[in-house]
Amino acid sequence: MEIVPLGQISPDQVILWSWGFVTINATILYTWLVMAILVGGSILVTRNLSSEINASRWQHFLEVIISVVRGEIGEMTRKGADHYIPLIGTLFLFICTSNVLAVVPGYVAPTSSMTTTAALATCVFIAVPYYGISRNGVFHYVKEYFQPNFIFFPFHVMGELSRTLALTVRLFGNIMSHEKVIGILLAVTPFLFPVVMQILGLLIGVIQAYIFAILSMVYIASALSAEDEVHHNVDINKEGVSA
Amino acid sequence: MDSVSLVAMASIFGAGLAMAIGSIGPGLGMGQAISQALAAIAQQPDERNSLTRTLFVGLAMIESIAIYCFVISMILIFANPFWGHIIK
Repeated sequence: MEIVPLGQISPDQVILWSWGFVTINATILYTWLVMAILVGGSILVTRNLSSEINASRWQHFLEVIISVVRGEIGEMTRKGADHYIPLIGTLFLFICTSNVLAVVPGYVAPTSSMTTTAALATCVFIAVPYYGISRNGVFHYVKEYFQPNFIFFPFHVMGELSRTLALTVRLFGNIMSHEKVIGILLAVTPFLFPVVMQILGLLIGVIQAYIFAILSMVYIASALSAEDEVHHNVDINKEGVSA
Repeated sequence: MDSVSLVAMASIFGAGLAMAIGSIGPGLGMGQAISQALAAIAQQPDERNSLTRTLFVGLAMIESIAIYCFVISMILIFANPFWGHIIK
């Protein structure tokens, strides 16, 4: 079943239901579907948690996901990961679910619309100064923009904007291009080859979710980097005093 | 040749050229990056995790260049901003 025609590049253009100025397009519908699956599944699993060895298998499943995400983040920040799990883990799970569900017929990945990816990238764009300021204070965070001297301020700002754009376009381009390739292949070589490409699409979807989460973590960690120096200097001063 | 077919021809040629030329550089870059990463993993298998993670981040950076070209060519084919201008 072909939801998005081959001549359109975005599921935003597929209007499913409209009443007055309220319109429900395919992107909104499938975004809410993915959110319902994630939230509902989590509520169902965490309703009766147990700390016994023989917990339910779904609880083990969630624990594996959480511990892998926590391990990855911990390796990157070299510190506690618990601050960043809510954001990074949610980004990863949402993108991964919405990409992997693309093998279901009649489903269009909401990440193949640029509005969804732009919204996700905007979350990261806001989260970077949030974590930076909440860790280092406003002064140290703003000071980073004027390193090594004040001429570099516009370049730092441009870098922030362009990497947000890069996050947006990377996810959108990968997923959308894959859907287009599947559509074109269905028209050219109908039976077997599109299935192989779908399997490749699963791999691409998971890798893109991983890359999005890792890159957001890299950006947040770069805003935190000043903190290490601050603590380092304090340690050195303490040692100097004690010596 | 009227302007409609001129715009159509230029768009299709432009899209093809954008993909053709724009994917050469990222292809070379990704090959270089992967070969270096494999050499590094062969030298230090213990560091595989951090090397792989850095490799993926780097590949994503390189790949985004090709993705930009792809998005430009998709816009030229599917959502050409010049069509409305010409047809109107």
